[in-house]
Amino acid sequence: MIDKIRGSVAEALADVPRRGAMIAVGGFGDCGAPLALVEALCELDVRDVHVVSNNCGIGERGLARMLIEGRIARFTGSFPAHAEFLAQYRAGRIHLDLTPQGTLAERLRAGGAGIPAFYTPAGVGTMLADGTFPAAYGPDGEVLAYSEPKETREFDGRTYVLERALKPDVALIRAHRADRLGNLAFRLTARNFNPLCAMAARLTIAEVEGVVPVGELPPDQIHLPGVFVDHIVEEELIGDRAA
Amino acid sequence: MTVQPEAPPIGRTRAEIAARVAEDLNDGDYVNVGLGIPLLVPDHVAPDKQVLFHSENGLLGMGPAPAEHERDPDLTEAGKGFTTAVAGAAIFDSAVSFALIRGGRLTATIMGALQVSASGDLANWYVPGRRPGVGGAMDLVQGARTVWIAMEHVDRTGAPKIVERCTLPLTGRGVVDRIYTDLAVLDVTPAGLVLTELAPGVDVATVRAATGAPFAVAAGVGETGR
Repeated sequence: MIDKIRGSVAEALADVPRRGAMIAVGGFGDCGAPLALVEALCELDVRDVHVVSNNCGIGERGLARMLIEGRIARFTGSFPAHAEFLAQYRAGRIHLDLTPQGTLAERLRAGGAGIPAFYTPAGVGTMLADGTFPAAYGPDGEVLAYSEPKETREFDGRTYVLERALKPDVALIRAHRADRLGNLAFRLTARNFNPLCAMAARLTIAEVEGVVPVGELPPDQIHLPGVFVDHIVEEELIGDRAA
Repeated sequence: MTVQPEAPPIGRTRAEIAARVAEDLNDGDYVNVGLGIPLLVPDHVAPDKQVLFHSENGLLGMGPAPAEHERDPDLTEAGKGFTTAVAGAAIFDSAVSFALIRGGRLTATIMGALQVSASGDLANWYVPGRRPGVGGAMDLVQGARTVWIAMEHVDRTGAPKIVERCTLPLTGRGVVDRIYTDLAVLDVTPAGLVLTELAPGVDVATVRAATGAPFAVAAGVGETGR
């Protein structure tokens, strides 16, 4: 019998590498972000993380906590606006792969869809495509590495850049409803990057607001089929929300 | 000691710039609005036009900001503020959201700018040394069918934002179609910038003084004040 519901957050996170994992995190800002799961990883002392996410946290929760605690070594995303991110990036502690938002979404989608790379017009003629954006600084503020120059190609008279798929080790996502088969439904704009992260990753863990019996989610209202999901834990079992 | 009276403000306010942009939207348009003046545009669309506004985090049919007691943390817009969904709105994931952008389904994207060049190059995402964040701007300028800029004509130091060549990092090359400012409306054409309209009370000389690139003046502009 397939049963992806875990009784504790420790069980749900047991297979997450403690060092150097590439971890995709769903959410747009805090909307749809698995704040409690990310903080549970901090409690497990997970370090040197390569985070893939649109943002790198707001305030002090979720990815912001992981950032403030110095656990992030590399970040792939579109808008890491946290002040602490700028400080650590400029001090040479975080390598930044800045990625246009739609390119980020498509790199995850491609990773989940068995497509290794694709061409997009986003970024053509900019420093993100020509390899002049500072990706990593040294401790004295000197640029140690620039972004990779991207291959370009013309199709029908228009120039595009080649972008590689993302295949994270782990995805942490958040959903509204789940069943034990792993089927998920999201609520309103909390969907955003969550299904894409789940599809791309080798191991997907979802925090959910509630679990329902199999068959209660109508098949045509399942936003992410359970085949993409490994472990589910109810939010009330995670961290400070258990109180 | 004599006190020089301050010159009375001329041209359009930020809300008036937004209202002017809204005049050019048509019934049935699908439009993405960025932060700043563009975010004011939806408030000024005439009630007889149905324009669906897109928020790139995955919403087509964005409504006005909610009252405090109606805020839902699961319903936010691209600036991460609370929003609402109009009747008939649709919600989807980020890949679908950018598929409709890159796939050319947006009639227009309306954005602010740091600099716009005479050939329509746009710089609006990054000032070196400050916070790096690109968001969806590079996808939007390549994907939307038209790119309209709504901004103040000059920056806070009084320097022109319309320039011969952008000095700040580009968002896209040759992507801008039209610029709406407090002073004027300019089109970017293959022949260069064309001033198509003056804001009330503004003359061509004032626009020239505030613009860092040459422009042509469309027939009839400056003769009647608009």
